[in-house]
Amino acid sequence: MRVALQVTCVNDAMFPDTGKAVVRLLRRLGVDVEFPAAQTCCAQPMVNTGYFDEAVPVVRNFVDAFAGYDAVVTPSGSCAGSVRHQHALVAERSGDAALKTAVAETAPKTYELTEFIVDVLGVTDVGAYFPHRVTYHPTCHSLRMLGVGDRPQRLLEAVRGIQLVDLPQAEECCGFGGTFALKNADTSVAMGADKARHVRDTGAEVLVAGDNSCLMHIGGMLSRQRAGVRVMHLAEILASTEGTEAEPGGPAVGERAESAKKGGRG
Amino acid sequence: MSGTFVGMPAFPTAARAALGDTQLRSNLAHATHTIRDKRAAVVAEVEEWEELRLAGAGVKEAALRDLATHLETLEASLTRAGATVHWARDAAEACAIVAQVAHSHGVDEVVKVKSMATGEIGLNEALEAEGIAAWETDLAELIVQLGEDLPSHILVPAIHRNRAEVREIFLRRMGDVGRPAPADLTDEPAVLAGAAREHLREKFLRAKVAVSGANFAVADTGTLVVVESEGNGRMCLTLPEVLVSVVGIEKVVATWGDLDPMLRLLPRSSTGERMNPYTSTWSGVTPGDGPQEVHVVLLDNGRTRALADDVGRQALRCIRCSACLNVCPVYERVGGHAYGSVYPGPIGAILNPLLNGVSDEQTASLPYASSLCGACFEVCPVRIDIPSVLVDQRAQVVDSHRGDRIPKAEAVAMKAAAWTFSDARRLGLAERASGLAGRVMGRFSRTTLPGGRTAAGRLPGPAAGWTGARDLPAPPKESFREWWARTDGGTHDDQDESGTTKGGGS
Ligand code: SF4
Repeated sequence: MRVALQVTCVNDAMFPDTGKAVVRLLRRLGVDVEFPAAQTCCAQPMVNTGYFDEAVPVVRNFVDAFAGYDAVVTPSGSCAGSVRHQHALVAERSGDAALKTAVAETAPKTYELTEFIVDVLGVTDVGAYFPHRVTYHPTCHSLRMLGVGDRPQRLLEAVRGIQLVDLPQAEECCGFGGTFALKNADTSVAMGADKARHVRDTGAEVLVAGDNSCLMHIGGMLSRQRAGVRVMHLAEILASTEGTEAEPGGPAVGERAESAKKGGRG
Repeated sequence: MSGTFVGMPAFPTAARAALGDTQLRSNLAHATHTIRDKRAAVVAEVEEWEELRLAGAGVKEAALRDLATHLETLEASLTRAGATVHWARDAAEACAIVAQVAHSHGVDEVVKVKSMATGEIGLNEALEAEGIAAWETDLAELIVQLGEDLPSHILVPAIHRNRAEVREIFLRRMGDVGRPAPADLTDEPAVLAGAAREHLREKFLRAKVAVSGANFAVADTGTLVVVESEGNGRMCLTLPEVLVSVVGIEKVVATWGDLDPMLRLLPRSSTGERMNPYTSTWSGVTPGDGPQEVHVVLLDNGRTRALADDVGRQALRCIRCSACLNVCPVYERVGGHAYGSVYPGPIGAILNPLLNGVSDEQTASLPYASSLCGACFEVCPVRIDIPSVLVDQRAQVVDSHRGDRIPKAEAVAMKAAAWTFSDARRLGLAERASGLAGRVMGRFSRTTLPGGRTAAGRLPGPAAGWTGARDLPAPPKESFREWWARTDGGTHDDQDESGTTKGGGS
């Protein structure tokens, strides 16, 4: 089986550690994952803001980059949802028959990470170790657009050492919503403030989710509040093992010392 | 004597003001969560809920597919049953018909059953201009009308008010328009309802003409259906001599049997009740029983415009249950007024643009008043895919600006993004630039994010909307793409520039 990683543009540019964690995790599970270098973005930012014409070349680039793979795995419920539900709309709009055919091929074989691990690989215990108090936020697109159900929780429950606590009002949107976070920043922040409050109420040290864009929003609020909660992508927890646990997502020792120095200066 | 939505600012501006109203926030959070939980509990009791939703959507879809035929059947059945059918292209025509009926009976007041269609066409204001007072008899509508307020919810138009505010409105205003509230009025719900009942009773007994809408119009039998909880509707539909019903053309269903799924879906979705308390049905005139003169105004007012929209037409399936409002995280925080229409919340965000087009700034802002979280689609009893319609409406807003001589900054940014994202080499260069910017930001930043990453600091321009309330990590020194190329996918030595070893290829 030829498996491609669609790392997503947000992870590529802003959260490379998540991509590295997916690579580490999938290799540990026996998957020789490839990274097609021609990939860029799933086109969701354009589509969801109403720029369908602008999305056409981006979708074309997507289907070209991932042609020939048996599975495309992405650490984002939102991007997987965009590929599976929106690419066909964009192709339809383009009027390009070849693009429609190509989309019909790539869309169904694109999986969100937990779908791929649970459904395709048939694994729920990925052999991870993560001895922290963690709460999980099901992002809207993974929950309602894709319907990943309890797959993320099942994977997390199997992690050794983890203390998983329920998030109150978990299924309510965090308020990110792509360009919504900027176009309706006040409402977005009001929603995020309530989500952050629920996260703090759990007493968790780490908030985990399957979409770094939502985590960037909630984490940005928690950070501004100096709430003492960090955010991590699900892949980074699942990639953690006894030997590496100190590192992924968290600061390496040197970085921590460096940030302490910086904090002292400010 | 009531407010108006005319001249409301675009959604983000109206929302900002609403978000600062602490009383509103508190009232709404309490009310939406209560009704949301109630709905969830009674829906969970129905094992075949999904099949029921499909059946409900099917009934409405079938009616819309052949709307012209069903409307003609409806007109024929109604006429046969003794009703007079009028066709109104728009709000002005509909209001003129109702006013004409009232004038022909020489009345200066009518009683009203709660109706969205009459709110949509601004009937009360139009009648007022003709010297006719229109008395709302639904409790929440009465509160809005007495408070010279605007409705903020489809089912509970006064949802933004709590009982202390209601008491104050009753004490202050009831005496101006009829029987005053008792001086010892408390804010107990039963006491408030009692005062409303006494106040309304004299209006029910006096009125010669009533105005209603309809939840459903059955084509084959010529039957109109009104579904309500308080019994005020039943009073209006049976006591007066003349009844005028303003009915949107999308309310038609083909047969009496089609009511079956609809009447099972509606109460559980709407009020969270298993069965509806007062369901009134009438077919034209029944000699010696109820109104002896019955008018039905079939209203277009943008509905054929919506019907012509391939993606958006599904919004015409809406049965106005308001479940989508009650679960909407945006509605819960900003309330209904910010949408600038009698149709607020997720359905309002698509219906107003569909009925009116997106040429004015306020309506064009509505499709963006959503995080696309999908909670509305999940609860909608007739399976309207509101998020997909929102995205399609956004595209219509964008397309309507494609000819602009000076493009919006957003359009320029999206074009640039499309150019960058169409070719991985261009994206790689952009990431290199952002990595360099990240190093610079890192030097100036005073903030470290929990977990150790450096924050980007406060940014200027549109990004200030983000960093005003949220920290943002500075871009990393190396993108994933660069890491993969440098380490051959983490298969050889993975020393990053800070000298720490990351467990990339283990
Ligand atoms: S869109 Fe659906 S959920 Fe919303 S009011 Fe209409 S029928 Fe109810």
